[in-house]
Amino acid sequence: MNAFYERHKEEIERILAKYPPEHKRSAMLPLLYLAQRDEGYITREAMAQIAEILDVSVTEVDGVVGFYTLLHDKPGGKYRIQVCTDLPCALRGAEQFLHQLEEALGIKAGETTPDGLITLEEVMCIAACDKAPVFQVQTGEGLTYYENMDLEKTLALIAEWRKKHTKTPEGNSS
Amino acid sequence: MPEKHLLLRHRDIPDIHELEVYRKHGGFEAFRKAVTQMTPDEVTEEVKKSGLRGRGGAGFPTGLKWSFMDKKNWPHYVVANADESEPGTFKDREIMERNPFQFLEGVAIAAYAVQANRAYIYLRGEFWQVAAWLDRKIAEMEAAGLLGDNLFGTDYSLRIYTHLGAGAYICGEETALLESLEGKRGQPRIRPPFPPSYGLYGKPTVVNNVETLTNVPLIIERGGDWYRTIGTEKSTGPKVFSLSGHVNRPGNYELPLGTTFRELIFEHGGGIPGGRAIKAILPAGASSAILPATDEVLDTPMDYESVPKVGSFLGSASVIVVDETVDIVWLVKKTLHFFHHESCGKCTPCREGTYWMDHLIQTIAEGRATPQDLEILYDVAKQIQGKTLCALGDFATMAVVSGMERFREDFEAKVREAVMAGG
Repeated sequence: MNAFYERHKEEIERILAKYPPEHKRSAMLPLLYLAQRDEGYITREAMAQIAEILDVSVTEVDGVVGFYTLLHDKPGGKYRIQVCTDLPCALRGAEQFLHQLEEALGIKAGETTPDGLITLEEVMCIAACDKAPVFQVQTGEGLTYYENMDLEKTLALIAEWRKKHTKTPEGNSS
Repeated sequence: MPEKHLLLRHRDIPDIHELEVYRKHGGFEAFRKAVTQMTPDEVTEEVKKSGLRGRGGAGFPTGLKWSFMDKKNWPHYVVANADESEPGTFKDREIMERNPFQFLEGVAIAAYAVQANRAYIYLRGEFWQVAAWLDRKIAEMEAAGLLGDNLFGTDYSLRIYTHLGAGAYICGEETALLESLEGKRGQPRIRPPFPPSYGLYGKPTVVNNVETLTNVPLIIERGGDWYRTIGTEKSTGPKVFSLSGHVNRPGNYELPLGTTFRELIFEHGGGIPGGRAIKAILPAGASSAILPATDEVLDTPMDYESVPKVGSFLGSASVIVVDETVDIVWLVKKTLHFFHHESCGKCTPCREGTYWMDHLIQTIAEGRATPQDLEILYDVAKQIQGKTLCALGDFATMAVVSGMERFREDFEAKVREAVMAGG
């Protein structure tokens, strides 16, 4: 088939088995998540290979990637901190929390820290309204919720990540 | 132990997320009863009799939906809508995380009722951990012979799969959800046909919300007549109310349909922080028409019939409370920013309308608007209503129209600000 398929053969077959064989296009989002795990974002090459596996055009795959906010076609930070500032969270101080975080990190929402560790993002409701301020952290591997947060707890979390990723002399461990 | 919860049962029964504990408390007996002692139609009839209505927001009678399934077209599918994305809603997540088997048993019974051999649970992409958790619970059911081939010695077979979305509010709309599950962009289909005749892969499909399905095992176990004793005559059963915003104790509260706003907000939610006055209520998340918190509104029972009488909808019962410090212009700006971002772009009134409304409200909020801008905003909102492919377009206008009609002073103050600044 292709390199992407060979690399993840077992997992891809397990994903395809969830859907009727004649509707394998349903595996689109799961395969895109898999591609995102490889590189932290979805490359043009991965889109082409997924298109081949699912028998659709690259344009179709590209259209799907562009539609969903959790799929990224450009590299970002290793950790994407996605702060909810929607109405219920905003009523509980989420906007102020985001501003504090922007100041502490020296970047605006939508930007990435110079060391490539963190991308800060402002997102819509993530169904944790009673535990604001709240954010989710998206990495290639998945997504974790952090609830009832404040600046101090968040900076401690970031310090842990920094430590984890500066162990090797190159400073770009994976 | 007193039975306080029927849906959030984990609050009464520790470790009910363990299969052993769930079964000790009667778990999967309703599924067994359905498969071994009832015909599929009898199951549907019992759910019809219960009066259960869809908890995702529309309030459509669940049993009736099941009875619409086209029996000349096979296979059938059941899809659980776990896309929970309405700002202010966080009930399905708690159910799936803490009482997963009752939900899964509901999925299984629904599947038997419509004779589906495959069911999918479509979770919003943010529920990555919940999906992994449900996968484990499904595997435990398979190992215990509660899913798979020839269930309970019959010829009925069922498999349940989870499927993660990837961040799009619109996928909570059932036909957009099906498109997304088919691997496409999540954009709504033109309806009719509705999913029970043309659903997943063009086959008859029942799409039900997580909380709706979690009610089903109780109905089969104890009967539709018992279920009707909870709630009101036309809005039967318990409901999980997600309470957020300016309250002392935000969270999920399971109460009978028909409980008043006042009881939810002041008794269960502990009232407004800092002793401030309550100003307004959004009963159905960001999609709500905003209600001024008058005594009449506070004493209104939260059910599908009563909330429309005071000018809003119950929807998914995600009650957002705002106190007197909140400027309604700011609130409307937040909702419009949301809907502009989430409009899928398929139909023109919503795509262009949410853009213009978002643009205008920013002008107003920043104190740069003229009185005409207020009229244009109101007019654009009115022009969208009833003209979009799905409900998102209408939802986007709810806070605007109700805000401008019921909290006019907040909008006019912004325009006065502009006039004064402009000289």
